[in-house]
Amino acid sequence: MTATPTNQAGRESAPARPRWQVLLIRPETMTLVLLIVAFGVASWLSPFFADATFILESATFYTEYALVALVLTAIIISGEIDLSPAAQMALTACLFGWAHKSGMPIALALPATVLFGAALGALNGFLALWCRLPSIIVTIGTMIFYRGIAQVIAGDRSIGGFPDWFIGVDWRYLMGIPVPVVILTLAAILLGLFMGLTVTGRQIYQIGTSPEAARHAGIRVRRIKMGLFILLGATSAVAGLITASRLASVRYDLASGGELQMVLMAMLGGTYIFGGRGTVAGTYLAAWLLVVIATGMTVANIAVTSQLIVMGAMLIVSIIATNFIYARTQR
Amino acid sequence: MLRRTLLAGLAISTALVAGAVRAQDGIDIVYIPKNTGNPYFDSLVAGFTDACAELGCTFSQAAPATAEATSQIPFVTAQIQRQVDVIAISPNSPDALNQVLDRARERGILVLAVNGDLVGNESHRDAAILPVDFTVTGPGQVELLGSMIGYEGQIAILSATTDAPDQNTWIAAMVDALANDPKYANMELVTTVYGDDDPQKSTTEAEALLQAYPDLRGIISPTTVGVAAAAQVIQSAGAADRIALTGLGTPNQMRPFIKDGTVQAFQLWSPYNQGWLAAHLAVAARNGELELAPGTTFEVPNLGAVSIGENNVINTQAELTTFDASNIDDFDF
Amino acid sequence: MMAGFFNFLLQRREAGILAMIVLVAVVVGTIEPRFIAMDTLRIVALAVPLILTVAMGQMMVLIARHVDLSVGSIMAMSSIVAGMMFRDLPDLPIMAGVVAAVGVGAVLGLFNGLLVVAFRLPSIIVTLGTLSLYRGLVFWVSDARQVDPQFIPRPLTLMSQTSPFFDIPWIVMIAGLIAVLTHLFLNHARMGRHIYALGSNPAAAPLRGIRVVPVTLGVFVISGALAGLAGIFYASRFGYVNPGITGVGFEFTVIAAVVVGGVSINGGVGTVLGTVLGVVLLGMVSVALPILGVSGFWQEVLNGAVIVAALLVDRIVRERGVRAATDARSAA
Repeated sequence: MTATPTNQAGRESAPARPRWQVLLIRPETMTLVLLIVAFGVASWLSPFFADATFILESATFYTEYALVALVLTAIIISGEIDLSPAAQMALTACLFGWAHKSGMPIALALPATVLFGAALGALNGFLALWCRLPSIIVTIGTMIFYRGIAQVIAGDRSIGGFPDWFIGVDWRYLMGIPVPVVILTLAAILLGLFMGLTVTGRQIYQIGTSPEAARHAGIRVRRIKMGLFILLGATSAVAGLITASRLASVRYDLASGGELQMVLMAMLGGTYIFGGRGTVAGTYLAAWLLVVIATGMTVANIAVTSQLIVMGAMLIVSIIATNFIYARTQR
Repeated sequence: MLRRTLLAGLAISTALVAGAVRAQDGIDIVYIPKNTGNPYFDSLVAGFTDACAELGCTFSQAAPATAEATSQIPFVTAQIQRQVDVIAISPNSPDALNQVLDRARERGILVLAVNGDLVGNESHRDAAILPVDFTVTGPGQVELLGSMIGYEGQIAILSATTDAPDQNTWIAAMVDALANDPKYANMELVTTVYGDDDPQKSTTEAEALLQAYPDLRGIISPTTVGVAAAAQVIQSAGAADRIALTGLGTPNQMRPFIKDGTVQAFQLWSPYNQGWLAAHLAVAARNGELELAPGTTFEVPNLGAVSIGENNVINTQAELTTFDASNIDDFDF
Repeated sequence: MMAGFFNFLLQRREAGILAMIVLVAVVVGTIEPRFIAMDTLRIVALAVPLILTVAMGQMMVLIARHVDLSVGSIMAMSSIVAGMMFRDLPDLPIMAGVVAAVGVGAVLGLFNGLLVVAFRLPSIIVTLGTLSLYRGLVFWVSDARQVDPQFIPRPLTLMSQTSPFFDIPWIVMIAGLIAVLTHLFLNHARMGRHIYALGSNPAAAPLRGIRVVPVTLGVFVISGALAGLAGIFYASRFGYVNPGITGVGFEFTVIAAVVVGGVSINGGVGTVLGTVLGVVLLGMVSVALPILGVSGFWQEVLNGAVIVAALLVDRIVRERGVRAATDARSAA
């Protein structure tokens, strides 16, 4: 008979879960399994799918959203949410387009755009953290507001005319992989290491689990969350620039509907909507899952109707599963 | 070892021959409309489908969910991957597709713009099939409206988005006709508003027109969503006797308004014929029977002789078709 | 005594919106006198019923501390189903179509509610998923084809055009009736008051005898049913139904109006009057812009700014209320 472990107070404590359970029974595994299954189904649906070049090329349509989704994951883990990044992408991209057209040298316009994105993020942070407005609704408001300003700047027209070296980033390859995918992967690795290994990273998890406890433990909750909002803003600006390069033009409706896709990626990756749980790796896998599903269905000539249904169903199923897994593993 | 090599060689050559035979067999045409759920494109697709049934080509369509400028890019990429022979597309943007269409042409795919052209970027497609000579659309609409209001009074235009290339071409021609043709000297264009092809916005803009210009005599709306919204507004305001409305609309959409007299007449063309023509053109071009260059003419069953114009633009019909009470029931699209 | 004080605060909120409405009317009317005409009132009134009907449902959902982002897609589904019925069964009485639309909406709403209740999922994410899921179903059911105007029964479109009295179209009267019924329901029916209680303190609700599951299911069903009714109104107002256009983006417009009207995202707070005023204010602004000739682009900027402003006002009022209540308590 195994001895029941006792802690210092002499009471029994539950036996620790076996290591393999902790590693495998988690939402990210579900994402990985789905990814493999989806890949199989897509290959079966169309002989044209299983082509590495094609898949990587198609992935570039989603890398911008995925990049932002990575940082959004961190925000959700911290207990907040932001629905405005897609609008921020559009606004910063339009501002960049306008600045360039007005003659600002690109060397200046590029960093200015990223700074501006950070400022937008800071505004969101200010409203959510200092004015203490619920982040879900206030970022719906700023989402509409930012896109409106983008519309005022760019009107209905597309702004183009960027220099040749700037456009077509999705056609530049590094070791056979499109540059945006490389950027995404690097960002995922960096952010993942940050969240998993640094003190601040782990504090973010603590904040998400219990803001009160974190505050009492001396963690600067507001400062860290504000940092995340600013990072999200800057990342959205970078994503907007990548999109501008890919499309060789910017419009006010750039990335429209993007917020739903970003949230979908985070949820499919096993991020817990109430905060405190989730991983960057999961979101990264989920982004690829989306690429496989969308590309697989498009190349098999399946109507977009089905794509919408599948996306919606997947979101629901994934949060049910995530909730289920986390609820069961609560101690 | 030798046997294996021979078998491999046999397999490869069989595959090659089979591939070659297959390539001769059927030309693979795919058509990408602006978006799904648009009844106008259903008609176009029917033209394609019927033509391919006769010609023996394989036809499929792939449509994005929204008519956003960039929504078609993943679809073109997928079709390139599927190694189709012809990509026919009704572009949502004059320039967003440049790169991806170039890639298609690099792979030997024939690229046709259908129903609308890549204004300013024509070099990125092989030919464009337009429904009608776009230079006559604008003046044609002005003439029709003029005839309904006795060639005098204030008129307004309700367009789609400010960026829509087709509408802008037509409106420019309208403005030109109004300014320079003495016949329209007593007609005054007071404003152009934009309904963005959104029913709610088009309705609000139309209502604002009626409010802001109490002496308005006529409205031209060269877009199917706009003309339907304006008709609804005029009907609901009971203003059909003092404001004439015309524009480009589909018979099914406008039929109730013709029947109850809200709209006297409107114009359009035949999307079906465009699809029909495009399929014939594509097959002929791929088979080498037709050279895509200005000045060439070719015969299309049911449509007669069609000629390729400047910049490889082909007009399916020469003049707009006018729909009114006398012929409204003859059409179903 | 405290109740009277809170009532006073809430009244301030409605008064504030009313003041804004008057302000907008005066400012725009001065620049463009035609804005004050009776006809403009009619146009504004016509812009309202669609949003108002759905807003009533959304209001109840928000008060219960949930969110329903799928209302646009529910509206589309109901209107497509009704439209297809009108098209394929030409002798169908209009009421049958209306009942079908409301029924479809209720069923879709029930599905939302079941997901939220059975799996304890946050409604924001659930309805984000059903937004996409239902929209896909709309395309699938309609075979991606719109229902043309010739199939929409004339009496239905007349509802937006004719009026029983004072030149107020039928559709506006019906929407007004719904608002009144909502008010009565929320303030006098037992379930109505349970919605407020549930929203203001979900944890304590079961202890107070409020059955959480039926009440939660109820608000989602009502929200769906009202969205379904709005689907009929859409067909009435625009004369046709299109799977790719109807209801797209609508949920955000509705939430904006409701939040402006003083309904708190934290639940438990909100009045019908406030919501009605919020809808009217946003409707007025959307009509004023084209009349003023202001570029429609500013519309979205305004909408977004208005939401943020409303939230700020909300927060300030609540802070004052809490502080005042604490003062009142310590003074007593």
